[in-house]
Amino acid sequence: TPAPEITEVQEWNQFLGDGVAARPYGMPSQFEKHVVRRDVEWLTASRESSVNFTPLHDLDGIITPNGLCFERHHGGIAEIPPEKHRLMINGLVDRELVFTMDDLKRFPRVNRIFFLECAANSGMEWRGAQLNGCQFTHGMVHCVQYTGVLLKTVLEECGVKTNAKWLMPEGADASGMNRSVPLEKALDDCMLAFSMNGEALRPEQGYPLRLVVPGWEGNMWVKWLRRIEVGDQPWHTREETSKYTDLLENGKSRRFTWVMDAKSVVTNPSPQAPLRFKGPNVLSGLAWSGRGAIKRVDVTLDGGKNWVTADIQGPVLPKSLTRFYVNFEWDGKPLLIQSRAIDDTGYVQPTKNELRAARGTNSIYHNNGIQTWHVRENGEVENVEVS
Amino acid sequence: EPLGLGREALPEEVAAWNTDIRPDGQGLPEGSGSVLQGEEVFADQCAVCHGDFAEGVDRWPVLAGGHGTLKSRNPVKTIGSYWPYLSTAYDYIERAMPFGNARSLSSDEIYGIVAYLLYMNDLVDDEFVLSKENFTEIHLPNEANFVADDRPDTPTMAQAEPCMTNCKESVEITARAQVIDVTPEDAGIPEGGEDAAEGGYDQAAAETADPESAAESATGDDQVASAAPALDAGLVEEGQGIFKKKCGSCHSADEGKHKIGPSLHAVYGQTAASVDGFTKYSKDMKSAELMWDAETLDQFLTKPKSLVKRTRMSFVGLKKDGDRAAVIEYLKSLTPTN
Repeated sequence: TPAPEITEVQEWNQFLGDGVAARPYGMPSQFEKHVVRRDVEWLTASRESSVNFTPLHDLDGIITPNGLCFERHHGGIAEIPPEKHRLMINGLVDRELVFTMDDLKRFPRVNRIFFLECAANSGMEWRGAQLNGCQFTHGMVHCVQYTGVLLKTVLEECGVKTNAKWLMPEGADASGMNRSVPLEKALDDCMLAFSMNGEALRPEQGYPLRLVVPGWEGNMWVKWLRRIEVGDQPWHTREETSKYTDLLENGKSRRFTWVMDAKSVVTNPSPQAPLRFKGPNVLSGLAWSGRGAIKRVDVTLDGGKNWVTADIQGPVLPKSLTRFYVNFEWDGKPLLIQSRAIDDTGYVQPTKNELRAARGTNSIYHNNGIQTWHVRENGEVENVEVS
Repeated sequence: EPLGLGREALPEEVAAWNTDIRPDGQGLPEGSGSVLQGEEVFADQCAVCHGDFAEGVDRWPVLAGGHGTLKSRNPVKTIGSYWPYLSTAYDYIERAMPFGNARSLSSDEIYGIVAYLLYMNDLVDDEFVLSKENFTEIHLPNEANFVADDRPDTPTMAQAEPCMTNCKESVEITARAQVIDVTPEDAGIPEGGEDAAEGGYDQAAAETADPESAAESATGDDQVASAAPALDAGLVEEGQGIFKKKCGSCHSADEGKHKIGPSLHAVYGQTAASVDGFTKYSKDMKSAELMWDAETLDQFLTKPKSLVKRTRMSFVGLKKDGDRAAVIEYLKSLTPTN
């Protein structure tokens, strides 16, 4: 029978909709209300020192919309009037300077697309399959285009002394976030960013100013950046000693584990995005590497027995998210889906068993293991591990 | 060639912000504090989350103990068992603690707290006094156990190609998330099957942040409906929103539900420090002889310590008159009418 959606006149065919004054800042369709950041309450003692997760399963392309970028705060979101914000550079510099936001916008400007991943992304999955959704297992990652000034440019304005070796960025938020950054990295590709995806940083991403440390763990990208101290030794702050150090099976701990290893995940199908149709389907996923660009992504539908190379779609940029697809026919039988990323240094994404063999199960951070999804005959998808 | 942007930082400005501490002692301010002095400050300012013995309350961090647990299945990482440097403790406390009222402690107080933490970790005796002068003499037990990052540490197969066909004989599922069942209820997982995208999703569930806040709105709405006509419903709703954001970390509006702070279910009209079942009131709060009405609440919420000198409530205060009025109206709405 002819579909009434077609044969009957619909409301939207007939009546006028909102005009151009109704939505000064546009939001997604009301029918997309389910596409939101989510948090897992039992993870932390408070929500101010906590994390929420990007809804990877509902997104496409490589750019994360600003309102959906995961948040990780240690003292809640600082609300800073931009005219009151200052950036101070002090320490081993020829001139200790203070900049306003207006000053920073008068330096030569750059645009770069980078992923930002929390080192604790997938941290809950070390011991086994735990959270049922790629939003929760992999959602502490986002990718936006940053606009700002190269850190190098601003440091040169101050004149860095020859015995300088380390920087200490510091945030203006209630946690006074501070870390140590080696000078070499700072002068390489670090940025002082004030825009994300074309508009000012969101408050939850550090408005009005944040540090960008391409390819390195998210905690170092200090938000609400108010100061950079230049020194000759690291500070061994709380977030690079008590936290963000990786405890190994032998009782020793790795520190200064900065770079994010190559990683990938299939975002669709996944537990929050079940398969609904037999026949042609598009498998979609993301891959990224803190060491450079993604060279290749392989996908398996049978738990690792046989692999195909995925189609990488869209720009492939160093230290950015990369989107891949596999077009496949679903016959309604169970599937065990995995993806594995290879970056341009030749690094191959390991299995979780390989990671556990190397580190034990208590290192918390840097879990970049291959993720397995089990698709059942009714299309439901579950987070599993396989032999 | 500098562009001439920015201006020279004045010494007072650098001094105001340049308070970080390095393991070699650089940055340590003048001052000192004894274990006993530290214990007093700790009890007032820290114990509400970290426990009187630094053992950690609920999910707040444990700061003492855990010695010898690093190789066990469940390591306990504390200042004494895990941290490499004592300077980290001073630096972190100064910039970030107490949680909710950072940068409020004096140097002497911080030296005292750190001395107390050393004592609770069995690293000094109870007569110990920590100061700028002896700080760098203290070495923590785990200092030598940190190693450099030597990744990659898994097979990278840089020279060889990863296997593509017939790579395994068989595959078995060895772990399943659904067995553990810790994924949040409103995870956006559709009902499944062909109708999944078509209204199988519960939008109302997605909008409710968590079951707890759903319960709280239920309480508020019931009370508003049956409350005396004198309450401004709009203001109550505004206050509920502010309460959730600014108070909800530590307080619940549900009867009998205590978090870091007592349930505020019926606090309006009550004597201070009298909520049934809450045992963590500070001495000052217990001896305050206060009744919570619009006036006392207004003063307390502006700046808690201005009314109750050594309250454990680490809260910077609601600066806007309108915010306080709204929260007070909301609290009024919770109190059961007689």
